[in-house]
Amino acid sequence: MTVKEIADILEANIISNPKERDIDIKSACSTDMMSAVLYYHTPNSLLITSLNQPQVIRTAEIAGIKTIVFVLNKKPDQHIVEHAENKNISLLITPLCMYSASGRLYQAGLPGCSQKF
Amino acid sequence: MTLNLNDTVEGSFQLIGGNFVNAGEASTQLKVKLLELGVKEEIVRRVTIATFEAEMNVIIYAAAGSVHYYIKPDHIRIKIEDMGPGIEDIKLAMQEGYSTAPDWVREMGWGAGMGLPNMKKNSNKFNIDTVVGEGTTIEMVINFG
Repeated sequence: MTVKEIADILEANIISNPKERDIDIKSACSTDMMSAVLYYHTPNSLLITSLNQPQVIRTAEIAGIKTIVFVLNKKPDQHIVEHAENKNISLLITPLCMYSASGRLYQAGLPGCSQKF
Repeated sequence: MTLNLNDTVEGSFQLIGGNFVNAGEASTQLKVKLLELGVKEEIVRRVTIATFEAEMNVIIYAAAGSVHYYIKPDHIRIKIEDMGPGIEDIKLAMQEGYSTAPDWVREMGWGAGMGLPNMKKNSNKFNIDTVVGEGTTIEMVINFG
């Protein structure tokens, strides 16, 4: 699934979209706990979160996550957006809550990061 | 895989407790170094995640600490030492989901009780020494092959 497709499904605005992006997102992870991202992620997965702290970008960078969706219209500060652009990470903002955003993407065929733990 | 190294490549970073602005800087720099040396991306990710979790623990819980790394042809050893409160019950702390983090730490997205289990999960060798009231030392070895 592309960033554009995800944006359409979630009625989301793309606020950071580095140019050299052409990845196929194959799974997603919904959480506000950064350690859970580091524990359960798979590379090139999507992170859906309501946490708009700088640590989210750092965690994504370390976990190899290239796309983040902020739910409930939670807009991160401009310096966070710039940091994401520098790190080649796309940021999207959706008015949906985490449950609805996750549900829509799952219904559209995007599975969770891992099936079972 | 083995790296073509004549000597151990080593380095260190100082960490200051409560400095969230630079949190993750040590792990990110180590990531760049390993990629430069030609370590496989999958291994680099494990090293970076384990180091980042340790780095965050120092920044959250301790007054100060340090990260030392030693890169050999076939593995890396990472040693994280802190001047922190120490861990009272290591067995409990190693359980997934157990955390003593205060609310303000959880609000920043940390304190899920996954840090130590995640370090162990990503390491080939993991050792923790702690003295309550003095600090904690963690040593991790991650093989390149």
